[in-house]
Amino acid sequence: MGQSVTVPITISVNGKQHSAEVEPRLLLAQFLRETLSMTGTHIGCDTTSCGACTVIIDGSSAKSCTVLAVQANGAEVTTVEGLADGDTLHPIQEGFWEKHGLQCGFCTPGMMMSAVALLNDNPEPSEEEIRHGLAGNVCRCTGYHNIVLAVQYAADKMKS
Amino acid sequence: MIPAPFQYHKPTSVAEAAELLKKHGSDAKILAGGHSLIPLMKLRLAQPEVIIDIGAIESMSYIQEREEGIAIGGTTHYVDIANSSTVPKALSEAAAQVADVQVRNRGTIGGSLAHSDPAADLPAALVALKGQIITSSTNEHRTLESNEFFQDLFTTALREDEIISEILVPAESEETGSAYVKFGNKASHYAVVGVAASVTLTNGKCIEASIGVTGAGPAAYQASESISELVGSDLGDGAIEKASAKAGEGVDFNDDVHASGEYRAHLVTVFAERAIRLAASRAS
Repeated sequence: MGQSVTVPITISVNGKQHSAEVEPRLLLAQFLRETLSMTGTHIGCDTTSCGACTVIIDGSSAKSCTVLAVQANGAEVTTVEGLADGDTLHPIQEGFWEKHGLQCGFCTPGMMMSAVALLNDNPEPSEEEIRHGLAGNVCRCTGYHNIVLAVQYAADKMKS
Repeated sequence: MIPAPFQYHKPTSVAEAAELLKKHGSDAKILAGGHSLIPLMKLRLAQPEVIIDIGAIESMSYIQEREEGIAIGGTTHYVDIANSSTVPKALSEAAAQVADVQVRNRGTIGGSLAHSDPAADLPAALVALKGQIITSSTNEHRTLESNEFFQDLFTTALREDEIISEILVPAESEETGSAYVKFGNKASHYAVVGVAASVTLTNGKCIEASIGVTGAGPAAYQASESISELVGSDLGDGAIEKASAKAGEGVDFNDDVHASGEYRAHLVTVFAERAIRLAASRAS
C-alpha cells in the first residue's frame, strides 16, 4: 500500500485562494465539499457519468469527482457558489428560475456550470449545440426541455 | 469512492517522468488527464502505490505540422484534437465523439491509447491512419506502429518503463479522405462499435485504403480483408459493400450487457460501410 504523505496545494476557488495540506487521493469534489465546506458542488454518480459535480477549471468544464485536488494545484476553479454577485443572480441562475429548469435541483449546479462554460465558448448556441454541450450532464426529473430554455434565456440575457 | 493511498510525483519534464517510472517500476502508474485511471482507482480495480502526474508538463501538449507528418503531444487533450483542422478528419472526428465535453476537456490522447479500452474511439482512428506511437524511457525512444500497438483487452505494446510522448500521423493529401463513425452507447457514449476509414483516390481508382475498428473485439484492429476489396477498385457501391461485409472477419466479438457478439458483428458491417462512404466522399 502506498504511503499517505500529504501535499501542500493552493487552489483559487471563485477568486479566493485556499491553501491546504491534502492527501494526494483527495478528489477535487471532496476538497470543495469537505475541506472548504462548499457543498454547492454535488456528487451524484461518482463515476464521471452524471455531471452533477461539474466545475470550471482554468476556463474548461470538468467533472470534479474525477480530478484529484493535487491536479488542480495552482488552478482557478469556479463553482456554482461563484456565479451570483451578492443577491444578483447570474443570468444562467435567473434562466433556471424563470424557465423552471429544475425540480429536485440535484443536477442543477453541474448543469449550470456546463451551461456557463458552453456560453463562454459559444455565446449564441443553437438548440442542438446546447443539447450537445450538456451531454455530460444527466437530469432525472425536470427533463431537458426546460433546461434548454433556461440556457437560451441566459444566452439572450448575456447578449444584451 | 476514494482511491487507495499513493505517493504523488509531479515531474516537470518527460525525462524526469521516465526516471521516476524507472525507479518505481510496476508500483507506478502514469497519470495524464486521469479520465481512465482515476475511475479505476476509485473502484480499486487499480491500486498503484505511486502516481506520476505528467498532466502539467506543458511541453507534452501540442499539435505540430512537420515534414514527417502531424505530431501530437502525448498529453494533448481530446478537445484540442477535436477542434484541430490540422489533424486528419478521422482523428478529429473520433476525438469529438469521446464521451462528453467535460471528459474531452481533461482526457488525453496518450492516456486513451495506453489504456486501450476495447470501446475507446481514438485507437480506431490511429489504426486507420496508420499512426505511430512514440514512447520515451530513460534510455531510448521507440516508434511503434498502431496496428501492432493494440494487442488485447487493455493490453498494448507499451513497456512498463515507457511513456507515450508523441503520436505521429501522416498528413492527408487532397486525394485522401478519412472519417470516423460509431454506434455509441447512449449512456456512456463509449463505442459499441466504431469504425474509422481512410481512402486515397487517384484518377478515380482507390490506391490505398485502411480501416480501423474499435468496440467489436478485445482491441482495435485493422480490417485487412476489407482493404483488399477496396484497393484497385473505383470505390463504387459493389466494392464498398463487399469490403464492409468483411470488416469483422476473423474477429472474436465482444459479447456483453451492451450488445451481443452477433449484434456487434452486424454493426461492424453497417458502420464500416458508412465510414468508407464518408471517407470516399472526402477524397479527391
